[in-house]
Amino acid sequence: MAEDGGADGTVVRISGLTKSFGAVHAVDRLDMVVRPGAVTGFLGPNGAGKTTTFRMLLGLVAPDAGTALVGGRRYADLPHPTTVVGAALESAGFHPGRSARDHLLTYAPFAGVGEGRCEEVLAQVGLLEAADRRVGGYSTGMRQRLSLATALLGDPQVLVLDEPANGLDPEGIVWLRMFLRHLAHERGRTVLVSSHVLGEVQASVDDVVVIARGRLVHESSLDDLVALATPRTRVVSPDPDGFVALARDRGWPVSREDGDLVLDGTTPADVGAAAYRAGLEIHGLGEVGGSLEDVFLRLTAAPEENAP
Amino acid sequence: MTSALRSEVRKQLSTRMWWLLGLVLLGYLAFLGGVMAFSLTTDPSSMTGGFGGTVATLDGRTVAVTVYTLAVSLGYVFPLVVGALSMTGEFRHQTITPTLLAEPRRGVVLGAKLVVAAVLGAAYGVVGTAGAVLGGLPFLLTKGDGTHLGEGGVLVDLLFSVVAMAIWCVIGVGLGTLITNQVASIVVILAFTQFVEPILRIGLVAIDPLAGVQKFLPGAAAEALAGSSLYSSTGMLTLLDRGWGAVVLLGYAAAFALAGRYTTLRRDIS
Repeated sequence: MAEDGGADGTVVRISGLTKSFGAVHAVDRLDMVVRPGAVTGFLGPNGAGKTTTFRMLLGLVAPDAGTALVGGRRYADLPHPTTVVGAALESAGFHPGRSARDHLLTYAPFAGVGEGRCEEVLAQVGLLEAADRRVGGYSTGMRQRLSLATALLGDPQVLVLDEPANGLDPEGIVWLRMFLRHLAHERGRTVLVSSHVLGEVQASVDDVVVIARGRLVHESSLDDLVALATPRTRVVSPDPDGFVALARDRGWPVSREDGDLVLDGTTPADVGAAAYRAGLEIHGLGEVGGSLEDVFLRLTAAPEENAP
Repeated sequence: MTSALRSEVRKQLSTRMWWLLGLVLLGYLAFLGGVMAFSLTTDPSSMTGGFGGTVATLDGRTVAVTVYTLAVSLGYVFPLVVGALSMTGEFRHQTITPTLLAEPRRGVVLGAKLVVAAVLGAAYGVVGTAGAVLGGLPFLLTKGDGTHLGEGGVLVDLLFSVVAMAIWCVIGVGLGTLITNQVASIVVILAFTQFVEPILRIGLVAIDPLAGVQKFLPGAAAEALAGSSLYSSTGMLTLLDRGWGAVVLLGYAAAFALAGRYTTLRRDIS
């Protein structure tokens, strides 16, 4: 644990990070660790403190307390920071009168790279054909791609991306997912991606860190988060009344969705076994997804709503 | 620092502003040079107003230098704005975020801008001075008593007028760092250079105990550095000598840059 930066990749370690803006506790004693070789989703509703955390990690905002270290060092202390950390922040901008190529060339000297590398990252994000057009005429998706290209310029060990899927078309989102997973899994990079929609990153992340009101509320693998979800089972049967009675008997809340019965808090295996014993006829039985969003809402809900 | 300098040069040259403003500056000063050379070489009796009486006493060399240094007297707002935009543009277009991600040492970012501004300002100085000379030459050649262009003293004035323009551009960077809001920055520049300073310079002379203060205003210091002034050559105002003009002007540049560095540029970037 002592060695956060090495051949095995670079760890991002945030400890006791705190920042207030006036009376608002934007980030409150946040602790989290982001490991290399995985895509980590940094989740929270709007205003949870995700962007402020990123800005403190990247040395743009001075924390009131705590530290944010990349490979054991503060961002501002890294000799050539863009070769270690590539960041794409949502509010980071482009001069509308500058072409994408010139934008990259402007930042290339700091990463110690030349025109060849600019060409490479433009090709990687699919902007090669638009490279000489002025950014003023770009769509949101194209700006998002250019942001990512800027982050990739120094071939960094760590990628920090703020809502990278915003404005991307479905094809772009699938591409981004494959690309980030490739960087993390095949090349051992540390990838930290923020989002306010769990469903958006569900398919791409390995680990999740959930914050709300500036505080850590959950940190685990995606699988462990999924395990927190209440299972729900959909039943198709010629005898719905029988199932309603069975569910009441077993204490499973019942609801009707599109004419089918949905039983909360139980799995298809349990429902099937119970139906078999009760002699009820089943035409269809399946697990209903989507309840992960409920877990997210439950985790990030305000404390008073969270009370049992 | 080398990376920051290279990056800053690319920033300046990769948009159209530098050459558009250069063209406008050239045209503006060629026009002013022509108008001023025409006025100063035309028989004052044909002009109206009390101004003419003073002009009549100007010798040919003073007329020539007054025309040649018009960039410093009237065109300095160009390098000042260019300098300010180099910082305010970063905030306006939010490129300050990728800039500070690439170089977290804010002093280095500012330093690179100051150095590049000096070079760029000198280039605008050359363009502006060339414009004034080209605009003034036809009248000085045909109506006045010569161009005086080859004379050593005149060439030195031209050189220092370029230096003054370079320092104006550096002052602009400091000002833009202090007032990062682009609109506010430009409004302050235009209000001060076009309105406040001219009024102060003429107004302060009328108040006896403060009469000397006008010499220390930045516009007056720049004219002192260039060695001539529209105001002084017409006998209206006096200037510091060249050395003190340079000291005062550089003092403004340093004061703005330091004030900007340790106030606005120290804040969180969000």
